[in-house]
Amino acid sequence: MNCRNFLRTAALSSAAFAFLAFSTSANAQKKYDTGASDTEIKIGNIIPYSGPASAYGIIGKMEEAYFKMINDQGGINGRKINFVSYDDAYSPAKAVEQTRKLVESDEVLFVFGPLGTPSNTAIMKYLNAKKIPQLFVATGATKFGEYKTSPWTMGWQPAYQSEGRIFAQYAITEKPNGKIAVFYQNDDLGKDMLKGFKDGLGDKASMIVAEDSYEVSEPTIDSHIVKLKASGADIFISISTPKFAAQAIKKVAEIGWKPMFFQSNVGSSVGAVMRPAGIENSQGVLSLAYAKDALDPQWDNDEGMKKYLDFLAKYAPFANKAESSALYGYGQAQTVVQVLKQAGDDLTRANIMKQAASLKDFTTDTLLPGVKINTSATDFYPIEQLRMMRFTGEKWDVFGPPIDSKLGG
Amino acid sequence: MELFTNQVLAGIATGAIYACMALAVVMIYQAIDHLNFAQGEMAMFSTFVAWQMMQWGMPYWGAFALTLVFSFVGGIVIERALFKPLANAPVLTHVAGFIALFAIINSVAGLTWDFTIKQFPSPFGSSPFLGSQLISTHQAGMIGVTLILLVLLFIFFRYTRVGLAMRAAATLPESARLVGINTSWMIALGWGMAAAIGSIAGMLIAPVVFLEPNMMGGVLIYGFAAAVVGGLTSPLGAVIGGFLVGIFENLVGTYIPGVGNELKLPIALALIITVLVVKPNGLFGRTIVKRV
Repeated sequence: MNCRNFLRTAALSSAAFAFLAFSTSANAQKKYDTGASDTEIKIGNIIPYSGPASAYGIIGKMEEAYFKMINDQGGINGRKINFVSYDDAYSPAKAVEQTRKLVESDEVLFVFGPLGTPSNTAIMKYLNAKKIPQLFVATGATKFGEYKTSPWTMGWQPAYQSEGRIFAQYAITEKPNGKIAVFYQNDDLGKDMLKGFKDGLGDKASMIVAEDSYEVSEPTIDSHIVKLKASGADIFISISTPKFAAQAIKKVAEIGWKPMFFQSNVGSSVGAVMRPAGIENSQGVLSLAYAKDALDPQWDNDEGMKKYLDFLAKYAPFANKAESSALYGYGQAQTVVQVLKQAGDDLTRANIMKQAASLKDFTTDTLLPGVKINTSATDFYPIEQLRMMRFTGEKWDVFGPPIDSKLGG
Repeated sequence: MELFTNQVLAGIATGAIYACMALAVVMIYQAIDHLNFAQGEMAMFSTFVAWQMMQWGMPYWGAFALTLVFSFVGGIVIERALFKPLANAPVLTHVAGFIALFAIINSVAGLTWDFTIKQFPSPFGSSPFLGSQLISTHQAGMIGVTLILLVLLFIFFRYTRVGLAMRAAATLPESARLVGINTSWMIALGWGMAAAIGSIAGMLIAPVVFLEPNMMGGVLIYGFAAAVVGGLTSPLGAVIGGFLVGIFENLVGTYIPGVGNELKLPIALALIITVLVVKPNGLFGRTIVKRV
C-alpha cells in the first residue's frame, strides 16, 4: 500500500515536474505583452469613419477585411488578428479618447494605421510615453519618422517633404525659368510639403512668385485660384486633399489657365478627384505615385493586382476599385502582417518595433515596380521612392524611374 | 485693377451660392421665427436624393421636380413629427432639436452614399459666360434662378393670402389665431417651403463644391451671415447680403495681408456680429416694434 502510494506520488510529481518544465521552456520561446496570446493578436486602430475626412474611412474597412482574409487562412503563426477600429471623426480630442480606450480598456498590443496628421500628433506623446508602437501612421507628415525623438512611432507612405522635393527637382529640370504659384492646405500637410518643395528648390526658391493657402472650412476656393493666376505663374503646385484638389483642377481649367500642374499624391485619386473634377479638365496634370492604380489596364496581368482584385471581390465588395484609399488600406495591412510574421512568437511591443525597423526590400501587391520598403534602426520612413505620373485619357501614366528623395538615414 | 474686377466677379459667383442658401434661411425664419441649423444638411440630403434618381437614369429636370416634391413633403413631415410636439418648448430645446437633426441627417447620408465627393450635373453647363472665364454659365444660371426665386417669394409673401397668413402666424401667432389662421399648419407649410428652397440651393451649389455629406457646412454659415446682413425678414436683403458677403470676403482675402487666408471664415462671423450690433435688423429688415 505504502509502496503503491509512493509510486503514485512519484509518478504524479514527476509528471507535474515534467509539465512545469515543459511549460516554462515553452514560455521561454513565446513572449507576450498585453494584447497578444497563443490564440490572438489584438491590434488597435483609429480612423475617421465620420466627419470632414470620412472619405478615408474606407481604409479602416479595407484593413478589417484584409485581416479577416488572413484569419480565414489560419492567421499569423496560428494566431488570429483581432482588429479593433474606432471612429475619431478626424478630431484630435476624440483621437486621444479612443486611443486611451484602445490601450487601457481593450488592451491592444499596438496601434496600427491611425489616420491624419492632427490625430497622430495628438496621440504620439501618449503612445511613446506608454511605449506602445504607433505603427505605420496613415499620414505623410515628416515628423512621424523621427526615430530619435519618437522611437515608438513610424510612418508608412512617402513623407510629404519627399514629395515636395521631387516636385521641385522636376520643376527645375523642366522649366528652369518658370514662375511658380503655390496653393496649399493651411495645416501640417500643406506646410510640410511646402517645406520639402522649398528645400528642393534650394537657391532657386525665388522661382516662387505667389503662395496662397486655404482652410478646409471654406466652401469654395475660387478666389484663391483667381488670385494665383493673376501672379502670372506658369507652374502651379496644388497641395490639397480630394475635395479641394478637384475644385482646383476644375477652376484652373474653367478660367483658362494652363500652367504645368502638380497635384499632391493625397489628392490624386482617379475616382475621388480626377473624375469629379472632369476628365477633360484633368488632362496633363502631374503627380507622384508609389502605388499601382487599379483602373490602369497596364496592370491587368500583374500578379499583385490580380490578388488585389480577387480580394476586393471576395472580402471587400463594398469598395470601389477606382478608390486609391482602398488600395492604400490593403497595402498597409499587408505590411503590418509582414511585421507580425517576422516577429514570430516574440510578440512584445519592443520586438514589434524592432521588426518594423528591419524590413528589407519588402514589397506589397500594390506598390509600383521598383518601389521597395526598407527600414532600419535609423530609418523610420518605410516608403521613400516615388515615380512621376501624368494624367492622360482616363488614367495616370507613370513615367521615369523611381526617384529616391533620400529623406531617411 | 484686373485682379480687383476678377475678385469682384468671383465674389459674385460665390455670393450666388450664399444668396441661394440665405433665401432658404429667410424662408424658415419667416415661418418659425428661428434659424434652423439643420437647414444645410436637409438641402444636402435632398441633393443626394436628386443625384440618386439621376443615377437610376432619370433625366435632370424630372429628378429636379421630384426632389422638390420630396423635400417639400419631407420638410412638413419633419415639422409634424419632431417640432410640433416641441411647439411650446423654450428656444433652447428647439436649438438642441436642430443640432440633433443636423447630426442625424449628416450621418444617414454618409452611411447611405458614403463620403467620397460626387460630381453633380449642371443644367446650364460650365462654359465661360459671355466671354468671361470668371463666371461660368452655371454660375450665371444660378444667379438667374436665385433672382427668380426671390421674385416668387416676394410675390408670395406680399400678395398671396397664404403668404400673408404665414407672416402673421410667425410674428403674432396669437392675433393670427384670433383672425382664424391655422398657425400650426402655417408653420408646417413654412418648413416644407424652406426645405424645397433649400433643395434648389443644394442642387445649384453641388456642381461647384461637389456633392458630399459635409458640403453645406461652410455654406450654411455664410448663408446665415448673408441673411443677417440683409435682414432676416427680407428675401431681397438676403440675396443682396449673399452677394455682399461673397465680394467682401474675396476683397478682404486679397487685399488685407495676413487676414486673408486664415481668417476667411471668421470674417463671415465678424460680419454677423457687426451687423447685429450696429443694425440688428439687417440692411433691409423690418424694424419690429412691440407694443407693451
